[in-house]
Amino acid sequence: MPAQATTESVEQVIIDGLTELGAEGEVARDSTFEQLDVDSLDLVELAQIIEDEFGVELQGEDVKDLTNVGQVIDLVVARSQ
Amino acid sequence: MTPAVVITGMGAVTPLGVGVDALYERWSAGECAITEGLAQCSDFEPTDHMSRKDARRTDRFTHFALVAAGEALGGAWPDGPPYEPERIGCVIGTGIGGLGSLEHQQDVLREKGPRAVSPLAVPLLMGNAAAASVAMRNGLHGSSFGVMSACAAGAHAIGAAVRMIEAGEADAVVAGGAESAIAGVAVAAFAAMGATSPTGISRPFDARRDGFVMGEGAGMLILEDAERAAARGAEPLGEILGYAASSDAHHLTAPEPSGRDAARAIALALSNAGLEPGDLDYVNAHGTSTPLNDRSETEALKAALGEDAHRVPISSTKSAIGHLLGAAGAVEAVATIESLRHGVAPPTVGWEERDPELDLDYVPGEARPLEHRGNGNGNGRLTGLSNSFGFGGHNAVLCLSA
Repeated sequence: MPAQATTESVEQVIIDGLTELGAEGEVARDSTFEQLDVDSLDLVELAQIIEDEFGVELQGEDVKDLTNVGQVIDLVVARSQ
Repeated sequence: MTPAVVITGMGAVTPLGVGVDALYERWSAGECAITEGLAQCSDFEPTDHMSRKDARRTDRFTHFALVAAGEALGGAWPDGPPYEPERIGCVIGTGIGGLGSLEHQQDVLREKGPRAVSPLAVPLLMGNAAAASVAMRNGLHGSSFGVMSACAAGAHAIGAAVRMIEAGEADAVVAGGAESAIAGVAVAAFAAMGATSPTGISRPFDARRDGFVMGEGAGMLILEDAERAAARGAEPLGEILGYAASSDAHHLTAPEPSGRDAARAIALALSNAGLEPGDLDYVNAHGTSTPLNDRSETEALKAALGEDAHRVPISSTKSAIGHLLGAAGAVEAVATIESLRHGVAPPTVGWEERDPELDLDYVPGEARPLEHRGNGNGNGRLTGLSNSFGFGGHNAVLCLSA
């Protein structure tokens, strides 16, 4: 069973996930992918973590225009409703 | 004859430790890094040398390559590259590539399905990953690629780099080999074909030898155009005097028993260097500890060197670190240069019992001072060969001096 996707739980999973993927520096809601040195390969791995945790499938198309962590959190929360 | 290519930096990660000094000093002291039938880089921790992200994005064989290349580059060019980045190439051999990553992702595929397979899987496992990562990390914009010829890959990579420099395509090349294949499938497969030692002992050229011991690691050399290196005032560690390669075209795994084509590669490497067998001071053998290799290599040395085969000291690095497959040729080129620089033949560790058919001087017991023959260049340096032979019948031989 996927976990309940509250804003808090999604935020936690995404921040932990990006940290685990080796993002540069501390990961916060307003960190940009550029600051974190997060690229398209990291986003695919992040999408796999999110799918595993919340059952939300993200495609490349969904994330290609996102630039910061908060936007991913909002998208996952919205999709899980 | 003036050598066209000099070696200005070297690096190694081997089961004897991180660094060229650990390799040479411990091997020449007669140490052996094999435990429980494997020679692993047990103390190697990738995040001691690179960020967690870089470590995640590269397989273990690439970790070894990055660290060995870092040591070699730091030694050659402490103030950064002296050439245009477009004039510096990168050629790295591997026998198998990122096998551990492949096996792990295969498990993920089986257990969790295709959507869970990492997007990093291919860039981790591809055989050119080490060359790509070393070029990327160090900003090398010349020709870069991987070389695959099983256990000859490291020597082929160095040979290809020499030819690139001779052809004027590059001023310098980071060249070497890297391997990390101590993973389930390879361990099982080498055992199934009877190639690895059931007793877990690497004793090349000994009558009791019963197969090789798997090792892992990397060796890297900075090769430079000799004239350009001289012009910038570099003090080379050694020279590559000659290189040659040939193929048995005989069998998938077994060497051609007479060593005919291996002998041809040895003779061609010597003639490429403009030398005679009488000029040789040392041979770093392929010496795997398999019954077949050590016999056919002995035959090849006799065929190529004639009477001098009985005079020249011959030792095998694999007696100390096992068989590093695609990294072996590069690590052994590094070991050969160090042996020549120190004027010492390190021993074939563990050699005790003579095989009546293998009647050459395999440097038993302890390291021994090399007797200087003069290499025909009149430069007072010592000269040696480094042999590499791979499954598939690939033979590559380097003629080195220091």
